[in-house]
Amino acid sequence: MRVINTIKVALRALRRNTMRSILTALGIIIGVGAVIAMVSIGNGAKAQVEAQVASLGENVITVFPGSFTAGGMRGGWGSMSTLTVDDSEAIRRETVNVLGVSPEMRDRAQVLANGLNWNTQIMGESPDYSTIRSWPIASGAMFTDQDVRSVAKVAVIGKTVADQLFPDGEELGQTIRIRNIPFKIVGILAAKGFNLFGQDQDDTVVIPYTSHMKRIARRPNINSILVQAASAKTIEKVQQDITDLLMQRRKGREQDFTVRNQVELAQAATATSETMTVLLSAIAGVSLVVGGIGIMNIMLVSVTERTREIGIRLAVGAHGRDVLLQFLIEAVILSSLGGIIGIALGVGFSELVSLKTGWPILVSPTSVVVAVAFSAVVGVFFGFYPARKAAQLDPIEALRYE
Amino acid sequence: MAPVVKIEEIHKIYDSGEIPVHAVRGVSLEIHRGEFVALMGASGSGKSTLMNLLGCLDRPTRGRYLLDDTDVSQLDRNELADIRNQKIGFVFQGFNLLARTTALENTELPMMYGQRHHSSREMRQRALHSLEIVGLSDRADHFPNQLSGGQQQRVAIARALANEPEILLADEPTGNLDSKTSVEVMGVFQKLNGQGITIVMVTHELDIARYCKRNLILRDGRLVRDELVQDCLQADEEMRKLREAEAAAKLTSA
Repeated sequence: MRVINTIKVALRALRRNTMRSILTALGIIIGVGAVIAMVSIGNGAKAQVEAQVASLGENVITVFPGSFTAGGMRGGWGSMSTLTVDDSEAIRRETVNVLGVSPEMRDRAQVLANGLNWNTQIMGESPDYSTIRSWPIASGAMFTDQDVRSVAKVAVIGKTVADQLFPDGEELGQTIRIRNIPFKIVGILAAKGFNLFGQDQDDTVVIPYTSHMKRIARRPNINSILVQAASAKTIEKVQQDITDLLMQRRKGREQDFTVRNQVELAQAATATSETMTVLLSAIAGVSLVVGGIGIMNIMLVSVTERTREIGIRLAVGAHGRDVLLQFLIEAVILSSLGGIIGIALGVGFSELVSLKTGWPILVSPTSVVVAVAFSAVVGVFFGFYPARKAAQLDPIEALRYE
Repeated sequence: MAPVVKIEEIHKIYDSGEIPVHAVRGVSLEIHRGEFVALMGASGSGKSTLMNLLGCLDRPTRGRYLLDDTDVSQLDRNELADIRNQKIGFVFQGFNLLARTTALENTELPMMYGQRHHSSREMRQRALHSLEIVGLSDRADHFPNQLSGGQQQRVAIARALANEPEILLADEPTGNLDSKTSVEVMGVFQKLNGQGITIVMVTHELDIARYCKRNLILRDGRLVRDELVQDCLQADEEMRKLREAEAAAKLTSA
């Protein structure tokens, strides 16, 4: 009963100073709104990045060639072509828990067809490439192991290349000329979009790696090896096995290759967005604290302003606890109300950003619960000092206060 | 019958400043049910301090205070608050009503902090009854700033009566009022006293003290005179005289 009355009294006091109450709550509104918006947008950005990482393929391990060293000058990874098709074959033969292996060749070249031409990335791969990169063929089919063995002049082309060279469609079965060598189109890759670094993944032509080595690049060494591990659990083991195997094949020579997995790539990519989320949330959190101090400030003014009222209440028999509760409830109502409005604002803002940028916005229930709980705690924390000050007033002094 | 108020050799010493101030130096006093006492004295005589002690707003440094047979001199803050709530009604010089709160809600205030549970309907009824006693039931929904000084003081009296206290304590209740309104408020006190309510009021105005039945005079923290008033003024009578005088003034000016 006393508590209900106290709540009524607190509500009435807030209503009497509507403008001041709104402005005080505004600090919390902005704080909570900012926290929720930042966490939501951050989560959305992270999900976006993760989706892009997933587009690289599942459980993919990449073996890069090593660094070139001459006269003490070290060239960095990839500066020397130290990987061979034999390495790739060894991995395929001797490593367990491997779903697919593809030796990779990369070169840019001019492609001609249909009276048009286009400069694009020419990839030499094994037929596993499509499954390793989780990249289905939209029409036609992937070239086969037979094509690889026979150094066949067949190609699978990306959506962008198809659009550029064959504006009217009907690409399948047509011939394109790469460095003046005719290749028959046997398949079209499904559209994949841009990768993490903003490159158009569909701007590519994939041919058997043997054909690439012998007819296009004319090099004995491969650019890298793609390996797909059976599962996320085995990925590190497979990585280690590959390292061991290749070292064994180097017979005591220095390690001239490096083995990376996709998880590491993903971590590097999401690290940025995670850092941003933490940073922005921290700033938003600071604004929440500032809002809390605003509440404390107003509550202190309010206590001073209403010293006489407190005196009257104490004189007619209010306990210190009643006065404490009254002011504490006022503070908590201010901050909780601010919290609730802040959630609405934060979610609204996130939706707006989502609409403008096309990012998926993930309003996490945790962030909502934490924001509300935090705003209530802010109310109690910053309301307590002024409320206790009010409760400890001496009734005689308070009544005499002008 | 036991006295409502019984104080024995009560002392109050303030030592917040550099030199301790001995505000009340051994006052003994009994006030019985149905009395109407004026506590008088020059400023600094200790009358306000004594009033705060009587009102349980403060504790005596030494001495004993029995209020309605309960020793209240050693109670803690919250126990004193409950005593104030249940046994004492306060009327202040400055009215001390809550601003922007209706007369009715002001009157309900002591019931909110009572030990006994009241439903809001019960609270409203009892508050209305109190307002009726002071003749303001038609102003229940008015805010203090819509009421005259005399009316505000009557609301304050209604609030003091809300919990049916043992004793009504009034600190300079007419200090902020003009002479006619003062008489009006004294009339309310006399009426309440006529119904058996014990009243103690502080005043420095001799003519106001003459409305009471007993006058106490304090000087330097000691009780120097305690006498019954021989020819009590009757507020009704005085009011009539004032009205006649006003009418006469109008007649002559007309």
